[in-house]
Order: sequence, then C-alpha cells, then structure tokens
Amino acid sequence: MSVTNTINLKDQFLNGIVKENTIFKLALSLCPSIAVTNNLKNGVFMGLAVLFVQVMVNITISLIRKVIQPKVRLPIFMLVISGWVTVTSMLMAAFVPDVYAKVGLYIQLIVAFASILARAEMFASKNSFIPSMVDGLGMGVGFLFALTVISFFRELVGKGSLWGFPIVNTKPLLILVLPAGGFFAVGILMALFNWIDLRYMKKSAVSH
Amino acid sequence: MEATKKEQLIVSVSPHVRSDETTSRIMWTVSIALMPAFLAGIWFFGLRGLFITTLCIFSCLASEQLYMKWVGRKSVVSDGSAALTGLLLGMNMPASLWSFSPFTVHIPVIASFVAIVITKQLFGGLGFNVFNPALIGRAFALISWPKAMTIWNEPAAAFLALDAKTTATPLGILKEEGAAKLIEVFGDKMNLYMHLLTGNRAGSIGETSAIAILIGGLFLLYKRYITWHIPVSFLATSAVIAWIFGGKGALFAGDPVLHLMSGGMMLGAWFMATDYVTAPSIRNGQILFGIGCGFLTMIIRLKGGYPEGVMFAILIMNCFAPLIDRGFRAKVFGGLKQEKAKESK
Repeated sequence: MSVTNTINLKDQFLNGIVKENTIFKLALSLCPSIAVTNNLKNGVFMGLAVLFVQVMVNITISLIRKVIQPKVRLPIFMLVISGWVTVTSMLMAAFVPDVYAKVGLYIQLIVAFASILARAEMFASKNSFIPSMVDGLGMGVGFLFALTVISFFRELVGKGSLWGFPIVNTKPLLILVLPAGGFFAVGILMALFNWIDLRYMKKSAVSH
Repeated sequence: MEATKKEQLIVSVSPHVRSDETTSRIMWTVSIALMPAFLAGIWFFGLRGLFITTLCIFSCLASEQLYMKWVGRKSVVSDGSAALTGLLLGMNMPASLWSFSPFTVHIPVIASFVAIVITKQLFGGLGFNVFNPALIGRAFALISWPKAMTIWNEPAAAFLALDAKTTATPLGILKEEGAAKLIEVFGDKMNLYMHLLTGNRAGSIGETSAIAILIGGLFLLYKRYITWHIPVSFLATSAVIAWIFGGKGALFAGDPVLHLMSGGMMLGAWFMATDYVTAPSIRNGQILFGIGCGFLTMIIRLKGGYPEGVMFAILIMNCFAPLIDRGFRAKVFGGLKQEKAKESK
C-alpha cells in the first residue's frame, strides 16, 4: 500500500495507452476488437462504452476498497462491473439505438472483460480515488484508441467509407470487413504498434 | 537461428537415404509436371492465361526477394518454391482478370503478396507454413473481390483475341440450374464428359483439362514425388459422396464423373493437397487427410453457398495435418507387428 504516494499520475495514464495497451500489448478483449470494428462508428462507441465502464468501476472499487472482505472480493467486483455495464447498455439503448442494435451484445460482454476485472483487482482495490480514476482513464483511452485505429483501417480499406460516408466508390479490399479480415487487421496493426514502440524505445535508450 | 530451426525438424521414421534430391529439384520437377495443364490452359484461354500466370510468378518472386531483403536474410528465390507457388496461383485464377476496365490486374499481384509474405514467410518460410500458400492467395482474392474472381471466359474463343465472351462454369450451372440444364448446354452427356476431359470449358486457367492434369499427376507418381494415398482417397471419397448424395431427390443418383472432372478437383487432388509441407507425412494419415478433403469438398459443393469447395476443403484439412501426423504412427521399418511383439515377450 505504500506505493500509493509514489505513483506518477502521468505515467499511470500513459501506461494503459502504450505499455499495457489492452489490445496491442496484452492481447486481451480481442473478441469485440474483431467483432464490432468493421465500421468506425461501432468501434468508437464500443471504445467509449469500455472507457466509461473502466473509469466508473475503478472509482467505485477504490471508494469501497476498505469495506470489501478480501475473501469475497471477486464476486463484489463482478457485481460492481455488471452494475455499470447495465447502466452503460441502458444509456446506449436510449441515446444511440442504431449503434446499440449492432454492438449491444458486445456491450453486455464487457462484464466478462479480463482487462476490467484485472484493473479492479490489481490497481483500484489497492489505490485511492485519484490514481484509480487516472488508471481507469488510461486503460480506457488505450482501448478506445486501439478500437478506433482498427475500425478506421478496416472501414476505410474494406468498404472505402468512413463513419458510413463513402470516400471512394469501390470496395478496395472486401475481406477486411469480414471476420477473417478482422484477424488480419488486428494482427497487422498489432505488429505495427509494437514495431513503432520498439523503435521509439531504442531511440530513447540511445538519447539517455 | 539456424541451429534452433534444425532442432525443430520433424523427421520421419528411419531408414533414411541420402540422395541428390534437393528442394529446388523437387520444385522444378513439380513445375514440369504442371506444364501439360498449363499449356492446355493457354490453349483454351489464350494469351490472357499466359499473362496472368506470368504476372503471378513474377509477383511471387518479387515478394519473396523483397521480403528477404527487408528482413536481411539470404535470398532463397533460387530454390524455385516461390516460382512454383506463383505458377499454381496463376493456374487457379480466371483468365478474365487480365482486364483494364474494370481494372483487375492488381488482383494477382496482391494475391501473390499474400501467398508468399503472409502465408509463407511470416510463418517462418518454406517448410513452416501451415497453409498452402497458393490456395490462401486465391482464397484471399476470392473473398476480397468476389465479382472479379468469378467472371469466367468462354474457352477457345480465339487464341490471340484479348476480349472474350463470359459464361458460367459447369459447377456454377450445376448449382444454379441443375444437372439437366448442364447436359442441355453441352448437348449430350458424352459431349459434356469430353469437354470436361479435354478442358474445353469455363474455369480457372489451369484447372480445366482433366487429362492434362492427370498426365502431370501420373508423372509425379512415377517419379515418386508423391504417393497415391492423398489423390486416390480424395477422389474416391468425392466420387462416392457425389454418387450417393449428388442426385436430386433420390439417393445413388448422382454423377461422380461430372464431379471428379469439374471445378478444381483434379488440380487440387494431384497438386494442391499433396504439397509436402501442408499435408501429413505418414501414409495412413494421408489417407485420412484425403478422405477429409473429399468429404469437405462435396459438403461445400452440395450444401454450401459456393459452387466449388476444393480450395476451402484443402485449407481446412491443412489445419489438421499436424494433428493427423501426431495421431498416426508410421510403420517402423523391420519392426515386428504389435501382437507378435507381445507374443515374443
């Protein structure tokens, strides 16, 4: 618990985006990252939903961390997560029904996201309000970033459109909007992300 | 790197014979075996067929060379495997792709890149690929450009002419309109069989001529580059299923000859499914592999959405090849049979 004071908030925020990016680095939650990312709109809303749930769960867990019995902590985490997921899915059903009709199933699935439970267990249950919120923001923004990049790439190359608006007349590479192409896209972008990261790390190591 | 790779080699049961066979010699021999079918393809589809196949071969060679250069490894282009992949890929493409409006000439190039770089090199190069590179290249193209990849030229329109009438493949007609219509199109049943045998029908460049592919396949069999296990079990399974379930309404009313000689069945069974890298190496396992290919092909042809299923069937069975190799044990040379071994104890 003594680490609490020494946490650098900026590093903690960037951790979720770069070093422990849920999709590109930890390769978790790949199911929605393939299933909903065949167009940009769905990808962005899915990312926003995860961001919201991640932040709210981290805040809630950190607030009640002192009253949770360690033996029953996992069921309690699950209850908190499913509560916030229900809130999110109801909000989306009310305000963006067209998106919800397509990604609704995967919104429900956020309950079972390894990354959200992992942050609750490893971070929020041991840290105070502010660091937990920043951590949740970082992880959520990292997820949103990954989903946005994947769905941008897939919709642009696969359908030749963005956010539903056509950019070119043809469908350049139809396979990318199909499930098989989802695996290709995630694999290629994961390799690209890690390649950039490696190069950046090499450069910063040289300059130090 | 080289040392660790050597340790990963899966070695078949001894005895082993040292011979002067090399990878490149095998590749060139298989390419020669493909020549009859290739020439038949050019005969029926004209210069477009030649252009598409040449484009595929050069794109494959270029992809291999550029990738090797990029990752800083020694060039292996001279082993001929990329050229063979390109030849097979080209022979699996429709000749109609050689068209500039709408522009579809980029399709063979991208399919070659996918075949060589994504399917072969990213998995570790020749010998480590899970799937048949040429087939993945074609599957990628078919899924990405479903329209362009299913425009079939009428064969033998005119050798030098660069425009040709389009038509449906026999399997396409069979799927859409039934066997009666197919016989009507070709006149009578004998005429249909003759067209299928010689290759005078719509289809991919190198898949149409059953007799030319058979000559190449038998040549490989004679040279002992392949064994009978995969082709025979593949074709026999397909024939039996086509015979039993291929007919409309009644069992045992199907036409196995039609199914065996149409689509990519011949090319797939003799040249694609027998690929050393992606098929099981144990004889019993190869029979199971062939049965699986035949079964899946006929399921897709008779029940699936696509008229042709050879490509997907072989790719699906490629996944199971390592498992099959584990499940079957090769007969040990000079070893006793198991019961005898028990008795002697």
